[in-house]
Amino acid sequence: MMLIPCPWCGPRNETEFHYGGQADVSYPAEPQQLSDADWARFLFYRANPKGIFTERWNHQAGCRRWFTIRRDTTTNEIFQDDSHEAVTR
Amino acid sequence: MPRTPGADLPDHPDWLWNSPEPKRSYDVVIVGGGGHGLATAYYLAVNHGITNMAVLESGWLAGGNMARNTTIIRSNYLWDESAGLYEHAMKLWEGLEDELDYPLLFSQRGVLNLAHSLQDVRDSKRRVGANRLNGIDAEWLDADQVAEICPILNTSEDLRYPVLGATWQPRAGIAKHDHVAWGFARALDRMGVDLVQNCQVTGFDRIGDRITGVRTTRGDIAAGKVALAAAGSTSVLTDELGLALPIQSHPLQALVSELLEPVHPTVVMSNAVHVYVSQAHKGELVLGAGIDSYNSYGQRGAFHTIERELTAAVELFPMFSRAHVLRTWAGVVDVTPDASAIMGLTPFENLYVNCGWGTGGFKATPGVGWCYAHTIAHDEPHPLNAPFNLDRFTTGALVDEHGAAGVAH
Amino acid sequence: MTGEYRLAEGGRINRDRPVRFRFDGHDYEGFDGDTLASALLSNGVHQVGTSIRYGRPRGIASAGPEEPNALVQIEEPFPEPMLTATTVELRDGLVASSLPGQGRLATEPDPARYDAINAHCDVLIVGAGPTGLAAALSAARSGARVIIADADTEFGGSLLGSGEALDHAPAGRWIDRVTAELRDTPDVTVLPHTTVFGRYDDNYLVAVEHRGEDAFTRQRTWHIRAREVVLATGSHERPLVFPGNDRPGTMLATSARTYVHRYGVLPGRRAVVFTTNDSAYAAAIDLHDAGVEIAAVVDVRPVATTLWTARCVERGIQILTSCAVTGTSGTDRVSGAQISPVPSADSAPTVPSELDCDLLLVSGGWNPAVHLHSQARGTVRYSEEIGALVPDSTPRGVRSVGAAAGSFTTGECLRTGSEAGRDAAREAGFGADTAEVPGAPSGPVTPPQPTWLLPGVPAESGDEQFVDLARDATVADVRKAVGAGMSSVEHIKRFTTIGTAHDQGKTSGLLSSGVIAELLGVEVAQVGATTFRPPYAPVAFAALAGRDRGDLYDPVRVTAMHDWHLTQDCPFENVGQWKRPWYYPQPGEDMDSAVLRECHAVRTGVGMQDVSTLGKIDVQGPDAAEFLDLVYTNKMSTLKVGRIRYGLMCHADGMVFDDGTVMRTGEHRYLISTTSGGAAGVLEWLEDWLQTEWPHLQVHLTSVTEHWATIALAGPRSREVLARVTSDIDLDNDAFPFMSWTDGTVAGKAARVCRISFSGELAFEINVPWWHGREVWEALYQAGSDQDITPYGTETMHVLRAEKGFPIVGQDTDGTVTPHDLGMSWAVSKKKDDFLGMRSFSRADTVRSDRKHLVGLLPPADSAVVPEGTQLVELAELPEPPVPMLGHITSSYRSAALDRPFALALVKSGRDRIGQTIYGHVGDRLVPVEITEPVFYDKEGNRRDG
Repeated sequence: MMLIPCPWCGPRNETEFHYGGQADVSYPAEPQQLSDADWARFLFYRANPKGIFTERWNHQAGCRRWFTIRRDTTTNEIFQDDSHEAVTR
Repeated sequence: MPRTPGADLPDHPDWLWNSPEPKRSYDVVIVGGGGHGLATAYYLAVNHGITNMAVLESGWLAGGNMARNTTIIRSNYLWDESAGLYEHAMKLWEGLEDELDYPLLFSQRGVLNLAHSLQDVRDSKRRVGANRLNGIDAEWLDADQVAEICPILNTSEDLRYPVLGATWQPRAGIAKHDHVAWGFARALDRMGVDLVQNCQVTGFDRIGDRITGVRTTRGDIAAGKVALAAAGSTSVLTDELGLALPIQSHPLQALVSELLEPVHPTVVMSNAVHVYVSQAHKGELVLGAGIDSYNSYGQRGAFHTIERELTAAVELFPMFSRAHVLRTWAGVVDVTPDASAIMGLTPFENLYVNCGWGTGGFKATPGVGWCYAHTIAHDEPHPLNAPFNLDRFTTGALVDEHGAAGVAH
Repeated sequence: MTGEYRLAEGGRINRDRPVRFRFDGHDYEGFDGDTLASALLSNGVHQVGTSIRYGRPRGIASAGPEEPNALVQIEEPFPEPMLTATTVELRDGLVASSLPGQGRLATEPDPARYDAINAHCDVLIVGAGPTGLAAALSAARSGARVIIADADTEFGGSLLGSGEALDHAPAGRWIDRVTAELRDTPDVTVLPHTTVFGRYDDNYLVAVEHRGEDAFTRQRTWHIRAREVVLATGSHERPLVFPGNDRPGTMLATSARTYVHRYGVLPGRRAVVFTTNDSAYAAAIDLHDAGVEIAAVVDVRPVATTLWTARCVERGIQILTSCAVTGTSGTDRVSGAQISPVPSADSAPTVPSELDCDLLLVSGGWNPAVHLHSQARGTVRYSEEIGALVPDSTPRGVRSVGAAAGSFTTGECLRTGSEAGRDAAREAGFGADTAEVPGAPSGPVTPPQPTWLLPGVPAESGDEQFVDLARDATVADVRKAVGAGMSSVEHIKRFTTIGTAHDQGKTSGLLSSGVIAELLGVEVAQVGATTFRPPYAPVAFAALAGRDRGDLYDPVRVTAMHDWHLTQDCPFENVGQWKRPWYYPQPGEDMDSAVLRECHAVRTGVGMQDVSTLGKIDVQGPDAAEFLDLVYTNKMSTLKVGRIRYGLMCHADGMVFDDGTVMRTGEHRYLISTTSGGAAGVLEWLEDWLQTEWPHLQVHLTSVTEHWATIALAGPRSREVLARVTSDIDLDNDAFPFMSWTDGTVAGKAARVCRISFSGELAFEINVPWWHGREVWEALYQAGSDQDITPYGTETMHVLRAEKGFPIVGQDTDGTVTPHDLGMSWAVSKKKDDFLGMRSFSRADTVRSDRKHLVGLLPPADSAVVPEGTQLVELAELPEPPVPMLGHITSSYRSAALDRPFALALVKSGRDRIGQTIYGHVGDRLVPVEITEPVFYDKEGNRRDG
């Protein structure tokens, strides 16, 4: 049960959040111009690092905001980003 | 000597395997000494005559997911592609004890997959129908029939999500995971295959897009072919090659109770009331649940997942109220977008990949070994694993085992 | 009658409250404050069972939760499997029996309540021995919120059983004083009988509180979020490995001391004490002083500590240094111990001497309880000095102290405990100081001599040298595992099953590592230990399930009209968390006849359905139109205010995942509906895109599902019925056309009325504030009574929409179906540059011509309904498996309007096969079905306007 720092509500139990996987995966600007392989990369491929992971969470049972944190996937240690950074994308 | 029920398991043999120093070169190097790695090496040796081979294990042999799963074996998957591979595995399971001459405690006690909603019922019947046409034993049972097979299951109306029925695969069951791994390991040791433990692969040697060996914590090892069988750690290995894989590694927890008098004759799995339970050979209840939501390599999960799992267990099996949790643990499961595995060639010559088994890896073990060995030996996929290629993510030809017709593993 | 081994006085038992109990069919008496084990010992009962593999008699080996032997099955007050007699509180009427192997679960329902509680604190102290109490005192005085929990029924830990003096007074006085102060300090929570069994991320600790068999809540699970944790978890005494080390009467030395001091019980009359360290001397002295004859103290070390030697000499206790117990005699109880000198390189073999005894006390050293430290990702190292694993790191927010950190003298525990409490409170932001601690006697200590395998003991006796008593695993088993090539402690554990029993190796874990190290000829540090996993001690399933069972398993959501539905005795369908009326049977009706009647009513008269559960999201903002164009396959920006459009949503992979109506309520405002089960998921999905991908769009989303109660009024007579309860809405078709909405008054309540239809009939959806739902529902029901207005449930709704070929997402789709597969290309805009899913439609697999299409199926008119889920095949005769399949039936019903069965199905190339006959595989039969268009009823759409 991690204690996840919601940039809006403060630290809350993991059970209030929904996981969103890797952060900073942008929707392609012109999907129709992409090859099938590149489109597949957007759809299905996400980083899976052993170590620091920049990832998204949604405070589902709270403010409903999506935000980004960095977390070590081996220890679950969370490194708080600058909160402005955290709330966009 | 009096033997108390549940006292012990059959004895292990007097000899299992050596722990050799790795040689500097092999025809085939398998990365990962879990069930899949061992089974693949076994069938490479037996079916394809390759024995100048090493299985490299970063820790202790079969100490990853092979040591951590809930040992359920079944083949009642929805899609033809999955059914083909898992049923092939099931047939191999049925002869494996004799073949390996090892007591695997393979017990075909059947698996019930419960339905708790009208849509569950539709999906279940759909899967049963597909199974039967694929030659897999499967039946749809109504709640009364479920109660006959598993009398301790709460099939009354007063459940929040009553049991409306279940699919039933009589040939499904459980086996003893360590014994399976050790059976393969002993056979490999006898055939002269090197089982190298405490040997972490740290990178690859390559000439252009051709892989020529691996770098390890115990020195560089040249290899004619390199086959990955490292489950959740696969993408950590392939990152160095710039080979992206659509897998995400998550914790999957399980737990075990004390030894109990036999009360639970089969295996019960429920998606909606999320838990799966069997009673293992010594009498302990073995329970699993859903994966933890976040990526992790920590081999531990969150407590609320355990609590939810036990809530479901007591809801479905009121009798378990005062059973005790003795131990909880977690593995690292690598899940794909369509909940089906990836097995086949890679863009790199002489490099093969087998991963993405999510929560289904154990039951597929001999089937994976058989097909992956074929893939490695012939440098082309076996027909049974051909659909499980990487290309499907580009074409969209997924084998979607978790869509609306989702089936727990 | 008092047990014959009960001392005349002393102990913390309540001698005024005798307790009767039954064990293995015999009646005994003990006292309130006894454990089952102490009460049995007071009656001279040592053997409490037989061992699991070899059926050897086994006795009580300890006085605490580390007990490897004394497993009992509770029979009364309620069956509970596999508890340790050393932790079962004695109570009147307790019936228990020995348990050699498998426990037994009750067949009757557990009458007890279980609950959970959440708590936050600045400092959590685990363990209330001298260390924990001193820590709590420092932390509590700083004003920090403190929780102190201990598994035992009362605080004091080792002090309860040691008879030690603090500041020259009985330790109990200090314990009572500290406990009282803690209880009186605001913001301090004192939790005796509470086992902290798990430590999870970010100092989330879980504990189970045993509140007693008669308490309202039998057990309660604490979820504690702590800023700082002090682990004062103490240590476990380790047994020794020698031939016959399992005979009843063999007991951990300090446990015997506990029985004397805490329970006033003599565990025997004549004892041999076998030790590798100083701690057993205190036991020898205390037992002697309590009246036990000490035959000898057998110490493997060459020299005993001067202080203890002097005390023994005073009492005439002989000390045999450089000696070991190398065997035992006796049948059901130890009757003698064989003593041999520890052989040195040049010594000649000697014949062991035998000492008579009925009690053999052993002490192989002490294992700090590093379980929670290890769960906190703290590392451990093997300490040569104490011969045990000790914490080797300080995980953030977690400090081990006292015996848990390898400090074994009371004085040191008190001092370091007090400091740890101060440091933890300071770390949590409080200005703390060390609380003063009492003086404890101390003296010089001779280092222990870690001993695993006794030198000179023949290998043949390995099968009588038990490493894990609970699993009946011996040195011979370990030898066999090593001989089979095993070298990892994890493999050997699995080979021998050592450490896998109820105690999870509390006494056997490190012992086995030591034995393995000796057999492999390596250092213990190299062998290490297996992982410490939660729970620290067994915890009942029910305690973790808590109250979340039955109706509380998952929240039940009901609509405003639910109580009315209840008056109709209708069965409900679970749809997500919602309860929805399934059908409304009239007396004597089964489901089929009720549904036929309901369908008929809607097609010919008027019906009404509670559709409040459909998800509703209010979409507002200047960019609302642009946003909806991106998330729906069709174009919503062109929708006029006052109009409604059906919309499909796809994931980016092009697969349909939800559908519903989109109502434009203003220039910058829409109200969209979702499926009942999908509402939360859709909202989160929309928020995801809005917040993270298109944050430049000014749009706000609000879930309004429970703002509106919604009634579908459907059927050719619906306009007539509605007209009776509204005066300000022009229901004329031209004024109020299909797929439009209007605000007005229905049954005197403000309402938003829509002309949408899921049945194909003339229909109105009437939305009123949730609060008025039932009132308006009843008004409509009343207004239609002379028209036989018929309430209908989800089943009839499903049949009616299937007759019209309208798919249900999740039933007719399964996450692998595109809008084109559904034959709904008309709902996919060709005018938009992009929308979610669009790019995926042109992938190789999605452009295949032989994809599965949603089509209609007609079985023979006089046949039964073909079950949903039925697989479809090409040929009238089945070949050998695997049989190629064409698809499956997604929806299947009997149609009242058509008077025949019909179905919807996903079929390969289905739209190209219309008119063909294929076969449904039902049981072992093949049923012919003709492929048709999916619309069965009113293909022209003439009925929607009434």
